[in-house]
Amino acid sequence: MPDSVMQNSFHLDAVPIRLERCGKTFAGGARALEPLDLTIRGGETIVFLGPSGCGKTTTLRIIAGLESPDAGGRVLFGEEDVTALPIERRNVGMVFQSYALFPNMTVTENVAYGLKVRKIARADRARRVEEMLDLMHLGEFAGRRIDQLSGGQRQRVALARALVVRPRVLLLDEPLTALDAKLRDSLRLEIDRLLRGLGITAVYVTHDQGEAMALGDRIVVMAKGRVAQVGTPREIYYQPADGFVADFIGTMNRLGGVSRGGTLSIGSATLPWTGPDGRVELLVRPEDLALAGEADGHLDGTVAAAVFLGDRTRLVVEPADGPALTVDAAGRSELGRGDRVWLRVDPARLLAVP
Amino acid sequence: MSACVQDAPLPHRPAVRPPAGPGWTGEPLRLAALLAPAAAVFAAFFLLPLVRLILIGAGGTEGWSAYLTTLADPGHLDSLASTLALSAGVTAVTLAVSTVAGLFLVRNRFPGHALLVALLTFPLAFPGVVIGFMVIMLAGRQGLIGSITQALGGGKLVFAYSMAGLFLGYVYFSIPRVILTVMAAAEKLDPRLEEAARSLGAAPWRVVADVILPALKPALISAGALCFATSMGAFGTAFTLATRINVLPMTIYTEFTLQANIAAAAALSVLLGLITWAALAVARSVAGTSVAAAG
Ligand SMILES: Nc1ncnc2c1ncn2[C@@H]1O[C@H](COP(=O)(O)OP(=O)(O)O)[C@@H](O)[C@H]1O
Ligand SMILES: [Mg+2]
Repeated sequence: MPDSVMQNSFHLDAVPIRLERCGKTFAGGARALEPLDLTIRGGETIVFLGPSGCGKTTTLRIIAGLESPDAGGRVLFGEEDVTALPIERRNVGMVFQSYALFPNMTVTENVAYGLKVRKIARADRARRVEEMLDLMHLGEFAGRRIDQLSGGQRQRVALARALVVRPRVLLLDEPLTALDAKLRDSLRLEIDRLLRGLGITAVYVTHDQGEAMALGDRIVVMAKGRVAQVGTPREIYYQPADGFVADFIGTMNRLGGVSRGGTLSIGSATLPWTGPDGRVELLVRPEDLALAGEADGHLDGTVAAAVFLGDRTRLVVEPADGPALTVDAAGRSELGRGDRVWLRVDPARLLAVP
Repeated sequence: MSACVQDAPLPHRPAVRPPAGPGWTGEPLRLAALLAPAAAVFAAFFLLPLVRLILIGAGGTEGWSAYLTTLADPGHLDSLASTLALSAGVTAVTLAVSTVAGLFLVRNRFPGHALLVALLTFPLAFPGVVIGFMVIMLAGRQGLIGSITQALGGGKLVFAYSMAGLFLGYVYFSIPRVILTVMAAAEKLDPRLEEAARSLGAAPWRVVADVILPALKPALISAGALCFATSMGAFGTAFTLATRINVLPMTIYTEFTLQANIAAAAALSVLLGLITWAALAVARSVAGTSVAAAG
């Protein structure tokens, strides 16, 4: 199918992007972005992830050329310094949460717009638009008005419109947020397939960690205008740089322990441990806590809630002291509220976070 | 494919029909009874005078052919043509000035912005006489423009008592309303649309042509139609400036009061009404929104 089209005529240049000391202070004096250094590799899909208001869109708009960084900041596309170029001369593709399709144009006219602006000859234009519509499975909607399309179709038109001009980088700002859950999943898969097939450098902004994990080659976790961590989805998940990242990505449990002379005391258990002596705060994922028997368990507690999720049952366990722990049991587990359980901790899976 | 995602079918529910009762058949009658007073008022104050006007137009010695004779009169035709030209010109200039000014006011904040916008609505409060008075003060024999050109040694420039003065007055009167309409529409523009166009390489003038103007089109059409209709029918300003300005409302007035040619005045009135109504109707169908006549 279209994969062959993508690999041949539609492979795009992979331009690396470098942000150097790019900060942003808005007119009112509000600091939206602390000076940021970041290199995005050519062909990479990088995801900016963080809660609302943390500066993701601002960073994306600096790359696009819709905002200029504070004095001293530079944006480079490959070797070219584009800091002073307005967006219309940067050759970037943009996809917005609100689709931003031209309501006075049909699907075909929307997709053709960038080519028309570039004065591509009519025949060539028609061929490229058709190719793009086929790639996005939009052929049958070519003549439709925008208000005759569903949300998912609109966003595919927006992708086609952005890609048909062969941009140097594709910038997506929460492109799936306006869609309902089922559509979001299927379009996410399609975007994933597209980005990998095209080999284009892509920057994707989202507040949804699931989307970030599924799409990103690397994830930039942001908090309050700062970069909290840059890493692959695995690195972000298994080696969070700090408590904020740990809590923002997936579910994380916190355990209090005391480290003394090569051992760690948690509850009634003592585990081998290397680290400075003193109280430590430990993080552990639910899947790294195992249910155990009274004999080999390290911690005990009472089930406060059990949620059946099909493939597993998610338990909230309240230990004698300390915060509640989230633990995954088998789907067929019969455990329920009030049951007493014992948990085993694998010291290799414990993270001590500063 | 994502487009095929559908909701699970809803469980079947038996359709519930409202019970057919005796009250239902009486409904249209009751509605008619309720509407009767409104219909009576409508007939008394709208339809009757209109019908009477149309009949008077045909009430002279010539009967219905008076309409044709009135239209064929070179003086009347001339008056009609210059009124149409004036109104079209006023509409074009007003739309151009107001679009630029309205967009500027929405896009730029500066000290005094709110005051300026508030002041803009001021001319709306003036009757035609006052507008005419202001035009005379500006471009009349003792007017500001005349004094300035005289001081510069260029002779006294006076144009208040002509079509040019009327043009100035109508533009002055029309701009506020159109600016306010443009501003209301421009506030609702989606900035993402412009950003999308720019990301595709569109220069600023292209963004205006391809995104902003199409989005403002309904507002511009309805505001333009109102401006046109107002210019077609306005009388006070023309009357204040000079009785010899050859516009249709003045002609009607002259026929009616000075010549006592009531049939011709009525025929011209019907004609004026028809043209203005047609302009509004066309605008309404093009813009797809309701455009109300005013003035
Ligand atoms: N044009 C602007 N003027 C002033 N403040 C802004 C502007 N745009 C964004 N901000 C502020 O900058 C911060 C970061 O915003 P944004 O980058 O949009 O966050 P995110 O996309 O992560 O939700 C927010 O506090 C926001 O209120
Ligand atoms: Mg945002």
